[in-house]
Amino acid sequence: MKSVAVAPQMNGEVAISAEHLVRRFGSFTAVNDVSFRVQKGEIFGFLGPNGSGKTTAIKMLTGLLPLSGGQAYVEGLDVRTDSEAVRERIGYMSQNFSLYYDLTVTENLQFYGRIYSLEPARLKRRFEEIVQLNGLEPYLNRLASQLSGGWKQRLALGCAMLHEPKLLFLDEPTAGIDPVARRQLWDLLFELSGHGITFFVTTHYMDEAERCSHVAYIYYGKLIADGTPNSLRELPDVQPHGTLRVEITTPEVTRALRFARHLPGIRSATIFGQSIHALIEDRFNLDDLREQLLKNGIAVAEIRPLAPSLEDVFVELTYKHQAMLEAARA
Amino acid sequence: MRNFFRGFGAVFYKEVLHVRRDPATLFFSLVIPLLQMVVLGFGIDTNIRQINTIVFNADGRRESRELLDRLRNSDTFHIIRYVENDGDLNDAIIAGKARVGIKIPVDYSDRLLHNMSAQVLVLIDGSDSSVAGQAINVTTAIGLDESLRRVLQDRASFAVDMRPKMLFNPDSRSPNFFLPGLTAILLLNVTTFLTAFSIVREKERGTLEQLFVTPVRPMGLLFGKLLPYLAIGFSELCLILTFMRFVFQVPIHGNVLVLAFLSLPYLFVSLSIGILVSSKANSQSEAIQLAFLTFLPSIFFSGYIFPRETMPVFFYVISYFIPASYYINITRGIILRGAGLSHLWLDGLALYAMGSILLLIAARRFQNKVIMA
Ligand SMILES: Nc1ncnc2c1ncn2[C@@H]1O[C@H](COP(=O)(O)OP(=O)(O)OP(=O)(O)O)[C@@H](O)[C@H]1O
Ligand SMILES: [Mg+2]
Repeated sequence: MKSVAVAPQMNGEVAISAEHLVRRFGSFTAVNDVSFRVQKGEIFGFLGPNGSGKTTAIKMLTGLLPLSGGQAYVEGLDVRTDSEAVRERIGYMSQNFSLYYDLTVTENLQFYGRIYSLEPARLKRRFEEIVQLNGLEPYLNRLASQLSGGWKQRLALGCAMLHEPKLLFLDEPTAGIDPVARRQLWDLLFELSGHGITFFVTTHYMDEAERCSHVAYIYYGKLIADGTPNSLRELPDVQPHGTLRVEITTPEVTRALRFARHLPGIRSATIFGQSIHALIEDRFNLDDLREQLLKNGIAVAEIRPLAPSLEDVFVELTYKHQAMLEAARA
Repeated sequence: MRNFFRGFGAVFYKEVLHVRRDPATLFFSLVIPLLQMVVLGFGIDTNIRQINTIVFNADGRRESRELLDRLRNSDTFHIIRYVENDGDLNDAIIAGKARVGIKIPVDYSDRLLHNMSAQVLVLIDGSDSSVAGQAINVTTAIGLDESLRRVLQDRASFAVDMRPKMLFNPDSRSPNFFLPGLTAILLLNVTTFLTAFSIVREKERGTLEQLFVTPVRPMGLLFGKLLPYLAIGFSELCLILTFMRFVFQVPIHGNVLVLAFLSLPYLFVSLSIGILVSSKANSQSEAIQLAFLTFLPSIFFSGYIFPRETMPVFFYVISYFIPASYYINITRGIILRGAGLSHLWLDGLALYAMGSILLLIAARRFQNKVIMA
């Protein structure tokens, strides 16, 4: 599939290998021929708009949904035939923190410990480790229903990793959580990742995507990007030959945008706060650009070259994908 | 084998915690059936007494007053008013003020005294068949009794003396007959609801899905969930029996242990129905509706309300497929007739067979529909 923008892969042991995954619901295809590999120890960020098939893909990899087609190997095991062995090795935190709200923090943790049949001594050790790692100490006797969002998420994460899985699937772990809690969660993920745990994380936050060691972008069932953040930034589709990405800082962003979009040398332009990110042809001199804007009465504070953000990457690739679909339809 | 039930202990313990954490639900699921028993047991008395009766006594002499005394003493009739003409008698019945109108003609005493046959007109409102039936029976009996008494005046005793004696339920008290059947329905309600809820709640919360990524085995999960509710079902049975014995004064003639032994498969039937309901329902309100739907055949075709023997053939055949039919047979047999295993083994066998089959079906559906939803 030449539509998948694949950056060069690093070598190492494979934690997840998805090969031509397909999942249909009736006539609707939620996951359409998706292939990717996740190396051990990576933090793999899985991104995509709402309803693009992220949760569906996770459910296929964790054995919750049967595959309609393709193959999936997790920790070297076929999820179709070895689902029980797979379940021993993975942890899963669902999109809506599935906790028992009428049980306390301790009871929730101990329940999952028993479900994984940890011996009492190991359960005790893991319990203490998890409580310490997630800072749950002050809330042990509180009902899960009485925890705030951030603590629910920590408890859910604790429950999912009590049995020391080598691979953790986290489906939007930071949705609806304040920035501080978000930062703390990511610090925790990095720490655990340092101990060799692999993470499969879905998110809608670009700053989180930037922190992943490997990202993939799924667009309505189709995987359209897969690689390290930096390798994706350098993709020819994102940064076409002979173009330059610049940031134009101006007090009049809206007017500047309307004007910039009509300039012949500018391929695309979008507002980012107090500035405009534009993809311009590099024959365009930055001073000429400033000149043109000033001539039209637009005050310009600064114009400087810019590396594409991951958001730029995904936006560009989405446009490209759509254009390709339209071409195919015509 | 242990692997087959993996996770059983953890799930069982967790269910017990849920129940302990929510004593209100436990309390209501145990006490509401008792309340239902009180309402239905005291409210429904199918023996008809004190029918409102209106009288037009055109004769008025001693013989006619004696007849009225007999009617009054039967406990079936309650004379609310005396009228003076046929029109008022008719009106009172049409207006629904009285169910029965009695007219004693002017020549009643005269004819009796002249050894002629006298007639008494009994008008009966036929709009309630059970009331009408009772009224006909009692008035006919009193009339017959009165006639015999007069014909045989001089003789010491009647030639033939029929004395029917009712076995098992000597006072014909309807609660005695009604409550053992109600027990079956109440047990079904409580256990089906509790099981269905405990599973559907986890579906709604998403915790069921979470369980399926753990190594818990379907049978471990299923039995871990069932056994606590089986225990609650048994407690409910004990409560109902205690209540029946000491509040309603229904004597239990048979062996309670036999009843317990034969209740076990019935409880498994109800628990399995609960699982089947939860495999179809995605929310608690859906579960309630579905559960009620499954109760209907048990209420109407099991002999709980309508005797099975009087059902149209089609429904009679259906009643054989309803577990409650057998269980009601068992409860009535043990409680009212003092029956033992030697009398009820066939019903017991049927229940054990149905319980095992339903449990198997439920387990399969649970595995296919709930786990692979
Ligand atoms: N059980 C199902 N039956 C039918 N359609 C489904 C089912 N589960 C998911 N879908 C559809 O599949 C598509 C992908 O859903 P999915 O939940 O995987 O998206 P997502 O990428 O996780 O979205 P979000 O970011 O909102 O979580 C959606 O259109 C959804 O409606
Ligand atoms: Mg999702």
